[in-house]
Amino acid sequence: MDYIIDAFLGAFWLILSLDREIFSIALLSLRVAGIATVFATLIGVPLAYVIATRDFPGKRTVLTIFNTLMAVPTVLVGLFCYAFFSRRGPLGFLDLLFTPTGMVIGDLILALPLIVALTIAAVNAVDPRARLTALALGATSRQTSWTILLDARYALMAAILNGFGRVVAEVGAAMMLGGNIRGYTRTLTTAVALETSKGEFAFAMALGLILLTLALIVNLLLRRLQEV
Amino acid sequence: MPKKLTTTLCLMVALMLTAGAHAADRLKLSSTTSTDNTGLLVYILPKFTAQTGIRVDVIAVGTGKALKLAENGDVDVTLVHAPSREKSFVEAGFGVNHRTVMANYFIIVGPEADRAGVGKSGSAEQAFEYIAKMQVPFVSRGDDSGTHTKEQNIWKAIMGGVPQGKNWYLESGKGMGETLTIADEKHGYTLSDSGTYLKYSDKVDLKILFSRHSDLLYNPYGIIAVNPARHPHVNYIGAIQLIGFLTSPEGQKLIGDFKDKLGNQLFEPLAVPRG
Repeated sequence: MDYIIDAFLGAFWLILSLDREIFSIALLSLRVAGIATVFATLIGVPLAYVIATRDFPGKRTVLTIFNTLMAVPTVLVGLFCYAFFSRRGPLGFLDLLFTPTGMVIGDLILALPLIVALTIAAVNAVDPRARLTALALGATSRQTSWTILLDARYALMAAILNGFGRVVAEVGAAMMLGGNIRGYTRTLTTAVALETSKGEFAFAMALGLILLTLALIVNLLLRRLQEV
Repeated sequence: MPKKLTTTLCLMVALMLTAGAHAADRLKLSSTTSTDNTGLLVYILPKFTAQTGIRVDVIAVGTGKALKLAENGDVDVTLVHAPSREKSFVEAGFGVNHRTVMANYFIIVGPEADRAGVGKSGSAEQAFEYIAKMQVPFVSRGDDSGTHTKEQNIWKAIMGGVPQGKNWYLESGKGMGETLTIADEKHGYTLSDSGTYLKYSDKVDLKILFSRHSDLLYNPYGIIAVNPARHPHVNYIGAIQLIGFLTSPEGQKLIGDFKDKLGNQLFEPLAVPRG
């Protein structure tokens, strides 16, 4: 029990002392998860819009696939990417293994299905009359899609935050693709896994609390953006 | 709105590209979690970097994975402690320039009460026999590591095989530190390398019950460079420089001088023959 108290005190002290190593670990967590989420959004939202608003053969199958991929274990994505990024694999020459870039790609694969599935739900929740009204008023299809997405912005933001949450908190892919290399690919989550395995529970928990704090800050910032 | 988006996108891509922009010479070393957890690598590698300018990226995983990464050419050099597997590795042509760097001994640790009487045993085999007879909890690594292999060899020597399936034989599938924690929780016994145990001695109530040096408990660490003929992209020269550093009189002295916070020496340097 006392290590929980130690953890809170430890987290407080770590943040206050601006420990350089913790700072760079936290920054890497944000960077990797952030970039992955941005790309997942840029790819996923248009894709989701197209799937949601068009009818095509196999639409239900596609929806089922994305919904299922939301629950794929992170370590499985890590293993899958490792098979491709390893020197023995087809993409070995890209030297992606044990780099932050490799981690970003793994996180992108994790965030994308989530953002797509939830954006589809968000778009479908918009009143269908909005689209027809826009078209009737002479909007181009681009303007129409913007109108719909703006209308769905709360659910859309939730989808993006969900995607971010999934990747900033995961360990499996980050560990597998990054290798938890000190000073290079160590994120808050892989550091927590390491410290836990070393029996340094208070320190591990403190790192976890810092991660939660960062996630909170991101959430608050994006909420402000939403209100603009 | 689109302009803001484009700017953000450009910034993001720029950030992402700078992520991989480390131009300095780098060397990827796969090692085991137990080696890494002793703190030796964090202590000794910066001195190597200061001398050679090569940054060493340590990927600490289980022995099996460390060797697999080396076999696949995903790292440049590997440092493990599994002599029979290292031998097969080199014989298969996966690695070259194998050197034995250092060693310590496996010890049997357990609860202070020591119901099985391991503290009174005359050999590692006998200790394991007592444990099997009393059916006290024994936590195995269960993860194909060097320690696990050693432990299996002792079981094989006394009973022809591992006591798998017995309810007192627990396979953690985890690293040494975590296995010690489990053994502590269960008031059980386990086979540990002395380095990790000494690091954990303040976190667990387990005591060293058997620590006699014998061939069966010998734990040598070997370093192997990945065969550049199989993987031409590896930093072979860097790997040889690291092997050279660790087996040099200077590197060996650093290894011998490395102590835990209680002042115990964790590794016995072996590479440089005594004069």
